[in-house]
Amino acid sequence: MQPYIQFLMLLGMAVIAGTTMIVASHFLGPRRPTEVKERPYESGMPPLGSAHERFSVKFYLVAVLFILFDIETVFLIPWAVIFMGTGTLTTGFLLVEMLVFMLILFVGYVYVWKRGAFQWD
Amino acid sequence: MTFFLVSSAIKVFVVFNLIMVGVALLTLLERRVCAWMQDRLGPNRVGPQGILQPAADGLKNFLKEETSPAMADKTLFTLAPIVSFVPALLTFGVIPFAAPLPTRWGVVPMVVADLPVGFLYILAISSLGVYGIVLAGWSSNNKYALLGGLRASAQMISYEIALGMSTVAVILLAGNVTLSQVIAQQQQALWFVIPLTVAFLIFFISALAETNRLPFDLPEAEGELIAGYHTEYSSMKFSMFYIAEYSNMVTASALMATLFFGGWDIPFTSWDSTGDPSLVKTLATLAVFGLKTFVFLFTYIWVRWTLPRFRYDQLMALGWKVLLPLVLLYITLLAVAIWFVRIRLGWDYGPGMAWVLGGLNLVLLIVLAWWLDRGRIVSGSVPQEAA
Repeated sequence: MQPYIQFLMLLGMAVIAGTTMIVASHFLGPRRPTEVKERPYESGMPPLGSAHERFSVKFYLVAVLFILFDIETVFLIPWAVIFMGTGTLTTGFLLVEMLVFMLILFVGYVYVWKRGAFQWD
Repeated sequence: MTFFLVSSAIKVFVVFNLIMVGVALLTLLERRVCAWMQDRLGPNRVGPQGILQPAADGLKNFLKEETSPAMADKTLFTLAPIVSFVPALLTFGVIPFAAPLPTRWGVVPMVVADLPVGFLYILAISSLGVYGIVLAGWSSNNKYALLGGLRASAQMISYEIALGMSTVAVILLAGNVTLSQVIAQQQQALWFVIPLTVAFLIFFISALAETNRLPFDLPEAEGELIAGYHTEYSSMKFSMFYIAEYSNMVTASALMATLFFGGWDIPFTSWDSTGDPSLVKTLATLAVFGLKTFVFLFTYIWVRWTLPRFRYDQLMALGWKVLLPLVLLYITLLAVAIWFVRIRLGWDYGPGMAWVLGGLNLVLLIVLAWWLDRGRIVSGSVPQEAA
């Protein structure tokens, strides 16, 4: 448990420092708002419409693919930890296991590529 | 217990402030190195060689007026810099930076928190930084900020896969995710950069993209997006994004030194890792660790002022179509090679196995350079015979 106490100390330090900076600059700086100053910056033009518009579905696609492949990394890490060890599983079994896993993933990867998920233009 | 709490509190305080000072000096270093590369002088007026310039900048940022755009989500707008700042400073916590220090009350390990989850902690916490950037982009009610935030998040999560995968190779050899164990394993045989050269290159490229540095600084491509996600930020809130970016760079450099270059290990001697801990050893290893980190930080700056920016589709294509299949193939090859050396040749992990893997990496590097180049850069720069 001890390292986690140290982690909490660091977290506390970072949060306090961050909050102090925001609060201090809020009270130290001047505050003279005008209508033009508060306007969202759009290269000097009056902003057209809201900024919270729809954006490309590609970004969602990237997020979904990220979850898929990141989980793959998460599955590979425990495998990597025991691969060199002297546990009950033999190295040969672990190797075949990983090759099967990679093969299944590779089929999915090729499918995603052929469906054009990696096209950004 | 009292000793533990006091020593931890001192470590946390010192490390936190060292990172902050390091970040401040890094901003100065960046400007001076940039000036040097462009044959200018750079900031050299405030203090000797401009050493007090970061302090002046910090003070200025505290005293500047805050603006908050109309229709912005005030809560998220204020929260976003903190969400970006906190994880950036937390990630350094698990990196061991020197040999253990002996004191009158006991030996203090020179790492803020040697978590058993080690590397996974870094992956987890550094991903949280994405939230700060997305929230900043979304809450600003500015089109440039929104686009910058979206681009940043897409880029960071894309390269995180390659980053995570390339460290699977490190874990494969180290057999542990705790960073102090990774260093111990490298002290036994060779630094992992020799048996894992390709993984190191992939890690380096992904780390550039993760920290939004050129040639991957699409999130704040000033020619198209003004300043990206922090367009609407001013005063200290802006500064906090800046600090977060630079402390991410420090962490990434320290991580590269730890995972691939032996951390605080002094090369060609086992004096630092064997025998009783002493103050001299701690200071020497701290200096070596600092030097290794500095080399990578300098490379970051060097790359920034040398290479032009990628186009967005090139950036995503590099991440998904080149680095991802490459690193998957690499892990497979590496696993097969380790299986061959361990089972067929019967060697355990040691210098012999490391050199065999190093040879494999050299071959892979040559094949990669030849395939990635395909007659464009290396042979393309040689004058061709007129046909």
